This record gives sequence, C-alpha cells and structure tokens, in this order.
Amino acid sequence: MEVIAAQALIQALEQENVSIVFGYPGGSILPVYDALVSSALKHVLVRHEQGAVFAANGYARATGRVGVCIATSGPGATNLVTGIADAYMDSVPLVIFTGQVPTTQVGTDAFQEVDITGITAPITKHNYLVKDHRKLLQTIKNAFYIAATGRPGPVLIDLPQDMLKTKISFRYPKSASLQSYKPVLEGHFGKINEAARLINKSRRPVIYAGGGILISQACEELKQLAEVISAPVTNTFRGLSCFSGKHPLFLGMLGLHGTRYANLAVNECDLLIALGVRFDDRVTGKVATFAPEAKIIHVDIDPAEIGKNVRIQVPIVGDVKVVLQALLPLLKKTDRAAWLQRIEELKSLYPLFYHQENVLKPQFVLEELYRLTDGEALIATDVGQHQMWTAQYYRFKKPGAIISSGGLGAMGFGLPAAIGAQLGLPEEKVILVTGDGSFQMTMSELATMVEQKLPLKIFILNNQSLGMVRQLQEFYYDKRYFGVNFEFVPDFVILAKAYGIPGYNVSTPDELTRRLPDILNTPGPVLVNCLIDPRENVLPMAL
Amino acid sequence: MRHTLTVLVANSPGVLYRVVGLFSRRGFNIDSLAVGQTENVNVSRMTIVVEGDALVLEQVTKQLRKLIDVIKVSNITAEEFVARELVLAKVTANPTQRGEIMQIADIFRARIVDLGRRTLTLECTGDEAKIKAFEESLRPYGIKELVRTGKIALLRGSKYTNVNNIKEEAM
Repeated sequence: MEVIAAQALIQALEQENVSIVFGYPGGSILPVYDALVSSALKHVLVRHEQGAVFAANGYARATGRVGVCIATSGPGATNLVTGIADAYMDSVPLVIFTGQVPTTQVGTDAFQEVDITGITAPITKHNYLVKDHRKLLQTIKNAFYIAATGRPGPVLIDLPQDMLKTKISFRYPKSASLQSYKPVLEGHFGKINEAARLINKSRRPVIYAGGGILISQACEELKQLAEVISAPVTNTFRGLSCFSGKHPLFLGMLGLHGTRYANLAVNECDLLIALGVRFDDRVTGKVATFAPEAKIIHVDIDPAEIGKNVRIQVPIVGDVKVVLQALLPLLKKTDRAAWLQRIEELKSLYPLFYHQENVLKPQFVLEELYRLTDGEALIATDVGQHQMWTAQYYRFKKPGAIISSGGLGAMGFGLPAAIGAQLGLPEEKVILVTGDGSFQMTMSELATMVEQKLPLKIFILNNQSLGMVRQLQEFYYDKRYFGVNFEFVPDFVILAKAYGIPGYNVSTPDELTRRLPDILNTPGPVLVNCLIDPRENVLPMAL
Repeated sequence: MRHTLTVLVANSPGVLYRVVGLFSRRGFNIDSLAVGQTENVNVSRMTIVVEGDALVLEQVTKQLRKLIDVIKVSNITAEEFVARELVLAKVTANPTQRGEIMQIADIFRARIVDLGRRTLTLECTGDEAKIKAFEESLRPYGIKELVRTGKIALLRGSKYTNVNNIKEEAM
C-alpha cells in the first residue's frame, strides 16, 4: 500500500509496539503530526522539548521499553540535547525523531536548520539523516534494534520535510540490517571458570552492582549470588533498587556520597565482583587507591568499559544475567562468618546519621516517605542534595523504582521523567522528590502533568538555594558563597494553585508526619513544599 | 609507541566525522589518517597511525568497535606489512638547479610531475623513513609547498584484514 513516508513512520512505530510518544510540533515535523491525527498512538504534548526527551527517558527507565520522542528541526532539536546526553550516559534506550529542513535546503543555513546528527554524534549510540525515503523503514528498524540491545542508548533519526512527504510502499522489515553490530551476550567460559575459582577462594568478597543489573533484569541472579557466597552488595547510584535495601547483605551506595561502611568494605575486600558498572570517578575517587587489596572481576556487556579506568584481573564481556546464570552453578555455598561479622561491625560503627531537630530535616522527609510507602513507591528525583538524600535514605525494594539522572546529573530531569514514568506505569505510586533549584528548571511541565491527569506527588525539598553547589563552596571554596542563594523563590503553593493542584507548606517534622498519610492517599496530584534546614549537607562526603 | 590500525568502515555519510570525533573527544592523538574506498564499493578503509601506550591502544580499538559504522579494526603494528605514503613537493628550481634536483629524484626513485618557470613538482612514494629523507634532501633548495597522503598499509603475503562477503549494505 502506498502511503506518504510520515504515515509509514507512524505505522512503523505501531509495528515496534510503541504506544506513546512525547513531542512538540513545529514546521519541519508537521508531516508526522499530520499522520498522528489518524493514528491510535498516544501523543503527549509537553511544554518544552527537553520535557519530551526527559519524559521519554523516564518512561523507558520505568518500563524497560524504548522511549520515543519527536521534535521539530533547529531549536526543537537542540532543546533535546541534554536529554539525549542523559540517556547516553545512563544507557537508556530512546529513539528520537527530529524534523529537518527539506533535502534541497540542507546545508544552506535555512530557517530552523541545525546539523543535529553532527551535534548529537558524540552523545548518541548512533544517528541517521534519512535523505532517501526508500531507506526510512529499514532505518527505523535498525534504530529500535540498536537502542534496545547490547548496552542500550539513544538513537536519533533526522527527517527532512520533503522526504517525509514522499510516497512509499509500506513494507516493514522483519529484522535490522547491520554489518558488524552484534552484542556479545555469553561470557567467555574460561573466564567464568576463573571467576568462580577466585570467588570460591576469596575470604572477603564484595559485590559492586550497577545499572547493568537492572537493564539485563538480573536482580534475582544477583540476590542468589550474594546469598550463596555470603558477599555484601553495594550499589552504584544507577544500580540502586537492583538489590533490596532491606536485605541484610545490602551496604547501600558507595563512592562520594556513599555509606562509610560500603566504602570501607570495598577498601578491605580481597575480591571485588563488579557487575554492570563502569568504575565512574564518583565511585572510585582516586583510582590508584580504590579497592587496594582486591582482585577485580568485571562483567559488562560493553567491552570498552572493561579496563577503561581500573585494571581488571578477570574481564568478562557479556550480558550480566547470562553470565551470572553460567557462574552460579560453579560456586560453593559459603558463610564467611568472620567477614560478615566485620561488615556488621562497620555498619554499626559508621551508620548514616543526621541530627533531628525541630526544623525539618530533608533526611527525615525521605525516611518518612520510605516508612509510609514501605519502599514500594517509584521515586523520581532531580539532581542535587535531595537526590543524594534519596539515594541514602529511601531503601528501594522494587527493581527500577528510582528514576534519576546519574551520569549526566541533569537538573530539570525530575518532573518530566516522573510524568513519563507514571504514563508508562499508571498503576504505580510515583513520587517526585526535587529541589527548589531543579524544579524551577522544568516546572513548566506541570501543565503536561495536569493535562495528562497524572496523580504525581511532588515533594520540593526547599532550601531556597542550590544546596549541592553551596555545599561545594562551603568545603572547597572557603565558604565564599556566590550564585547559590536565591533572593527570590516563587510561592510554590500559589504556583500549584495556578495549575489547579493542591499544595501545602510543611516546615516541621510533626507537620510532615501528620499530613503525609493524607497527601500520599490523595487520588490526584499534590505539591508539598518542604521548607527544610538550608544548612544541611549531604554527608558522608568521601574523598 | 606508534601503532598502525587498519579500520574497515561502512561507506556511509558521516563515518569519517564519527571516527575523527571519537579521537578528539577521548583525547587520542592521530599521527596520520588516510581513507579511501576498497575493493568493495560499500566499504572504506582507514589507515590510522596513533600514538599511545598499550592501554590507550586498547581503548582506541574498543571505542572504534563501538561505532555502528565500523566493521573491523585490526592493529597490524606487530605484523609484517607493507606501508607507503605519497608525497608531492613543489621546490624552488632555477634552471641551473634542475639537474641536481633531478638527480635527487633519481636516487629516491621519485618522479618529476610538473615543471614551472622556477619550480619543480616531485612525486615520491615510500615508507616514512624514505619520505623523511627525501624531504630533507629537498629542503636546501626551498620547499614551496608539500603535501602527504598519510600512511596506507596492507599485510604481507596471504594474510588479509578485510572481511569476506560483506553484503550489499541496505543502509
């Protein structure tokens, strides 16, 4: 059947089982919007393109499916850049469609023309400029395949307007056509044996588990591994929720703002089992002194991550779930009582703590949220102090229950990502924990939330400043505070009212405890402006 | 240490940009880069000379392999290979100096490819050492302009670095 390319594109999305797209229209992409008119696809109109890409990102993180967003050429495309970079850093599968000026005008600095494939080359897994309509469908097939397989990531397809209006016959390819792209799933058998030998011999093993566990859905295998070999588990930020925060073997997050006992355990371990991680600088600090006594086993699907930052004794390239399934039968059940006793000792010597006072402490907000949701909620965060307090004090139980910008650390991520997550998982209770700085970056998406009738519970940990940056100035710039204290912060309760959302100010611990059950049980959205102690710091702060 | 990489890439738009972008972004140093179509019209071959220790080389290779358009990366440094570079040099040559310069060309088995009123343009191929010596010999006469292709290389004997049966790429 002959259709115009833009219609074929929409049909291709249906073939890929896409049910929702996030977007913002504009001149060049109009053929696609015209095709959306008669499609069953749900289109979510955001208020800024960054909202579209962050929402697709939140959707993909929450559901494990490919997130799709659409924007027009020029500024529409450049507004996506931060969200694409975020997906690239955190290995989130996205397919991004951008409009482009007609092929005849490409390269002439036409109105709303930018070289978006050039701009996004370093922050996409791959990208395409489709000038030839005959290549459109195969390109879409390839894009979804590339985005979702191996180490996932964003793939951008740039669509010149005239190409979108060309007639093509719709025959959607059954498979991707790529010459050399073949992710390796199975680990090398010899290396897996070697890993098993090291593990069985080890007296003080620590498991260092990251986002790869969540992506490959290896949470159950991770739990088995930890229990069989009696090894404590620490998480990277991106790995949080892959191992129950309530499990006695859980050490919490490691690294810069990780628990003291996780970092000490890594320091003392004789074997570090690194699973789906990338030895990020926020984890390792000085590479030379990281896990000084340990041999390291590193399992990752991306060969380039192995040996990139740290020397590895046993490298295993493969899907971490497949590798763990091969590894588990080779392991001896061991109790390692002395080591676990030492871990308990570290936990009791150096617990996470804060001083509860009459003012509202941010850590208390997170503890209360945890207590009342029993760790079952989906928590989206922005970036900054509140994000680290969430990582420390909310003990995630459900895999994938934290939606947050890790590698890129992009403020403004929270609200749109929460919108995407809630649309992807309508049954879940989604809570946004944000700060007054981050929230002001993308609060225009409140309109999207209301339009989509989403019952998000928004907690602004309001310290009327950019707390994390202020903390850095306190520690590293002799308290020369500059550019971090807001002289004006909007009244968020009145703002919520403008959007027709109930809003509350909360400024004491009692008030929070009293109000929280009702707030969490409200059927619709609620905004809670938590006036927290502005002097509070994220501690510990290692390194 | 300097390494010679042979990189087969899909002949698609933007592939050179992606490879070069990768090197600059990750701070790898390219000594030379030569690129052209191969015996297969869908495939181009890049010969890249890169400076770095074993760790750098490992990262360069792995990062290149991650690019979707990269088909194969071979580090041929330790293998037996033939490497050549082509240089074109335009040198000052008054009629009285032409004879000397032509003798130099003979020694290096270079060829005169153009003659101006006060210049000669020479073409020479060879490995790096020869090209360097050739350049040094011409320098006293005054090199007006010089251009080199960068190194290209093939393995000796019956070894190959290409991939057989690369399909007609649909993309």
